[in-house]
Amino acid sequence: MAIHPPETKIWWKEPIHSIEIWWVLIALVWSLIMFVMMPYWHIYGNQNLSNEAYRVDPEYFGEKVEDMVKKYTIREEGDTGIPVVAPPVGSDVFLLARLWEWYPILELKKGKEYRLHLSSMDWMHGFSLQPTNINLQVHPGYDFVVTVTPTESGKFAIICNEYCGIGHHTMAGRMYVTDK
Amino acid sequence: MSILSKSRICPETGLFFDDQAEKLIKWNAVTGVVFLLVGGLFGVLMALTRWTEVHILPADWFYLLLTAHGLDALIVWIIFFEMAVLYLASSTLLKVRLAAPKWAWLGYWLMLIGAVITNVMVLEGDSSVMFTSYPPMKAHPLFYLGIIVFAVGALIGTFCFFGTLVLAKEQKTYEGSLPLVTFGALTAAIIAVFTIASGAIILVPTLLWSLGYIAHIDPLMYKTIWWAMGHSSQQINVSAHVSVWYLIAAIVFGAKPLSEKVSRMAFLFYIFFLQLASAHHLLVEPGLSSEWKIFNTSYAMYLAVLGSMIHGLTVPGSIEAAQRKKGFNKGLFEWLRRAPWGNPVFSGMFMSLVMFGFLGGITGVIMGTEQINIIMHNTLYVPGHFHATVVAGTTLTFMAVSYFLVPVLFRRELWLPGLAKWQTYIYAIGVAGISVFMMAAGTLGVSRRHWDNNFADATLGFDYPAAAHMFLALNGISGLMAGLGGASFCIIMVGTILWGKKKSDVPASAPAPAPEPAVHQAGSAGTIAVPGTFVLALIFLGTFILYYYVNWKYLAEVWHLS
Ligand code: HEM
Ligand SMILES: [Cu+2]
Ligand SMILES: [Cu+2]
Repeated sequence: MAIHPPETKIWWKEPIHSIEIWWVLIALVWSLIMFVMMPYWHIYGNQNLSNEAYRVDPEYFGEKVEDMVKKYTIREEGDTGIPVVAPPVGSDVFLLARLWEWYPILELKKGKEYRLHLSSMDWMHGFSLQPTNINLQVHPGYDFVVTVTPTESGKFAIICNEYCGIGHHTMAGRMYVTDK
Repeated sequence: MSILSKSRICPETGLFFDDQAEKLIKWNAVTGVVFLLVGGLFGVLMALTRWTEVHILPADWFYLLLTAHGLDALIVWIIFFEMAVLYLASSTLLKVRLAAPKWAWLGYWLMLIGAVITNVMVLEGDSSVMFTSYPPMKAHPLFYLGIIVFAVGALIGTFCFFGTLVLAKEQKTYEGSLPLVTFGALTAAIIAVFTIASGAIILVPTLLWSLGYIAHIDPLMYKTIWWAMGHSSQQINVSAHVSVWYLIAAIVFGAKPLSEKVSRMAFLFYIFFLQLASAHHLLVEPGLSSEWKIFNTSYAMYLAVLGSMIHGLTVPGSIEAAQRKKGFNKGLFEWLRRAPWGNPVFSGMFMSLVMFGFLGGITGVIMGTEQINIIMHNTLYVPGHFHATVVAGTTLTFMAVSYFLVPVLFRRELWLPGLAKWQTYIYAIGVAGISVFMMAAGTLGVSRRHWDNNFADATLGFDYPAAAHMFLALNGISGLMAGLGGASFCIIMVGTILWGKKKSDVPASAPAPAPEPAVHQAGSAGTIAVPGTFVLALIFLGTFILYYYVNWKYLAEVWHLS
């Protein structure tokens, strides 16, 4: 029994049950397949993180955001006063997280590539694009660069899904994707 | 300390109980159950708060109790109970007195004091930082101190376990190798040392930072090391509850492992590979390379997962072999049908095995796939997954074994045995519900640790799909059911200890069961085939493969990222 010492004193010399051998082999093959799937997706799949990131001073990142907002604001969102920014296709676009907002609102074009930079001014935040469901972690002091290509147009929400204090559930931003 | 220590042989089970070890097992287990009750109550309140139409707690209380729930349920309850398992697996199974019982008591008190300090800090309201306490968000210094004190206590207990193994070896209280259950517990203890060391490396500087002695804690560095503790502590749980599965199979069926070699290798895989898994918490983090993520998140090609898949075959396999030997040989599944489903020790353990594999294991591997994590990170999918591992897996297993242990330790008959029969089912169904429905909501993008499903106070609002609210309602209902099951468990345990009918100390007429002869000798004519288990394992694998690729399909539909 499992609560008594094994009968064969040297347990690694014990013979193995044949069903166990089969299962170990099958499970091992499956493990290897799952392992290979990840590099495979890096080569053939369309959803991979670049893992390009830089250390950044929050103040400097804030300035980059302001530069972009100054140059490319196209309108304000309703009466909220939040700028909607449409940066050129292929450019570096910046999204800043702070207690408790995402700034600014970006307007991107469907099917076009952008280099999206994410960083936080204060605590950790979670970038959660809904209803698409893309989730990325946003750290203070790190500039996280992700090349994104929206594949659908419409109005999207950016929810914060990393707990960031008592206003966490009010931290929702927006992103637009236009067809042309 | 006297060398001669008091001890007894349990007249019913033939188990050996050193006096001090027995007291420590009792106190650790009971203290754990108290924290389970508190933590579980908070869990129900949160499930009700996340139910959009019910939403009972205000925001600050939700985040406060969420912090307390994570700490009390995940850390305090489980680790107290694990201390009891360690003392049982060493002193009782090896028939030796506990080494350094005074130290073990010191460990117990430190754990209790630490747990109380941290709880008080959380309940005072200025430490609602979640149990992960990611900086730069700061808690009260005593919050970190409490956790450190708790961990030191657990470390002392772990060393008493090692000491007891050494003592047993010296006094030759057993021959040959350790019993499998003790071997599994040893795995858990070794992992615990690694875990607590990582915890110290990260929490001590964080404590100093909260006191103002250190200016800056890098959040990415914190998260990496914190999860070296946070994840390996989950591997302690897995090692411990798998050991208890083998223990229960042995107690209830007299089952013997199919082969010692395979089961032990599977435990060794845990030790070799689990430290890597901290990575699966960091898959969408900036600043880490994909190579690093892939190698680590898969525990070097999924070898620790392989370990769990092996246990998933060998535990039911050993039960099947034992049952077939008793003559339950009809068809593929008579052995299972004729198992004692009315005995909570067995029913709890078997449901735990199934749910841990199907709900917890499969989803964990999928969520830990580098790219698939993008569509799951920090959604409710995550708590959905780990309620299947740590509640359906570890907690339900510990409940099951309590039905065996508490009557034996306290020499009382079970209180409300009729309720006990049903308790494991009520709890299991409730837990299956919270786990499945949180995962379902998570698939629709619902955030974890989030008070407001309606974003009512957000400047830029957003609506989840209607189905998400439905899943959250079902989650609330399941939470009530799990709460009912959990409360029944605590009532039965406390009732047994206080009011259970005293068992007479007259030795039962049948003497302690001698070690069963081998169920089979692999390779010999006596080998018992276990086709039923093999079929179950193949069904598991089929489900796994199917659901794994379904999630790649989901991933393929989201925006392109590179
Ligand atoms: C009656 C049983 C239980 C219910 C109804 C329940 C329910 C919940 C709910 C609703 C959440 C919050 C999800 C969110 O909004 O992020 C949660 C979180 C959590 N639960 Fe439970 N739970 C129960 C038992 C347990 C047990 C027994 C454990 C551990 C052994 C546990 C461990 C956790 C942990 C670690 C978290 C995460 C806390 C965090 O995100 O900081 N739960 N639970
Ligand atoms: Cu946030
Ligand atoms: Cu947040």
